[in-house]
Amino acid sequence: MTAHNAHSEILEKLPYDAPFRFVDGLYSVHDDGTEGYYTFTGDSDFYKGHFKNFPITPGVLLTECCAQIGVVCLGIYLLKDDAADKNVGIGLSSSTMEFLKPVPPDTKVRVVSEKVYFRFQKLKCKVNMFDASGDLVCRGTISGMFKTTAYEK
Amino acid sequence: MNEKEKYQKLKTIVETYLPDDVSVDAIAAESNFTTELNINSANLVDIVLDVEDAFDIRLENEDMDGMQTVQDALTIINTKIAEKA
Repeated sequence: MTAHNAHSEILEKLPYDAPFRFVDGLYSVHDDGTEGYYTFTGDSDFYKGHFKNFPITPGVLLTECCAQIGVVCLGIYLLKDDAADKNVGIGLSSSTMEFLKPVPPDTKVRVVSEKVYFRFQKLKCKVNMFDASGDLVCRGTISGMFKTTAYEK
Repeated sequence: MNEKEKYQKLKTIVETYLPDDVSVDAIAAESNFTTELNINSANLVDIVLDVEDAFDIRLENEDMDGMQTVQDALTIINTKIAEKA
């Protein structure tokens, strides 16, 4: 299987859709981590209110983007055999994030995650997000619990 | 390590993951981790990983499934230590 195909299979299995999918694509996925990208487009509704006359990407969405690229995509990859013909369910169990630089609208961010452990269906990762200039905008630790269920017939 | 020491060691680990609304005094051998001590499944995984380090053992998925109470955990710990010896 080519890397490109492997990446699109993971993206197809993501349980998210617009307006709450914060993954545009993946650069790499391997047993110990992922690297992917997303562009926070300026036409998103939340910029009208966060903040009044001063649009900045909310930290919760940066966290969500880190979780989707760094934890959920990695989990789908690690469960690849188990999840081949199943739905992958994910519940985020905890996150600790530190925000270092504001992310204005129309920023393409890059998320790099590093697996801490994947045991008993719990995946814990360290995540780092960088902006287009390569500056670290946030970092932290995110964990999620995975569950695979057979497709409804 | 005697049984009392093992229990104390396990109790210290469990205490770390107790939610704020559960008192340390609530921990007893028969306490159920999820229904009585309000420990969620994600934190239960962390308890298991800490137990593995503290007792130098390794648990499998089926051990996790059978670990409902503090006493269950002690039994599993003893079985794993015995297997190693």
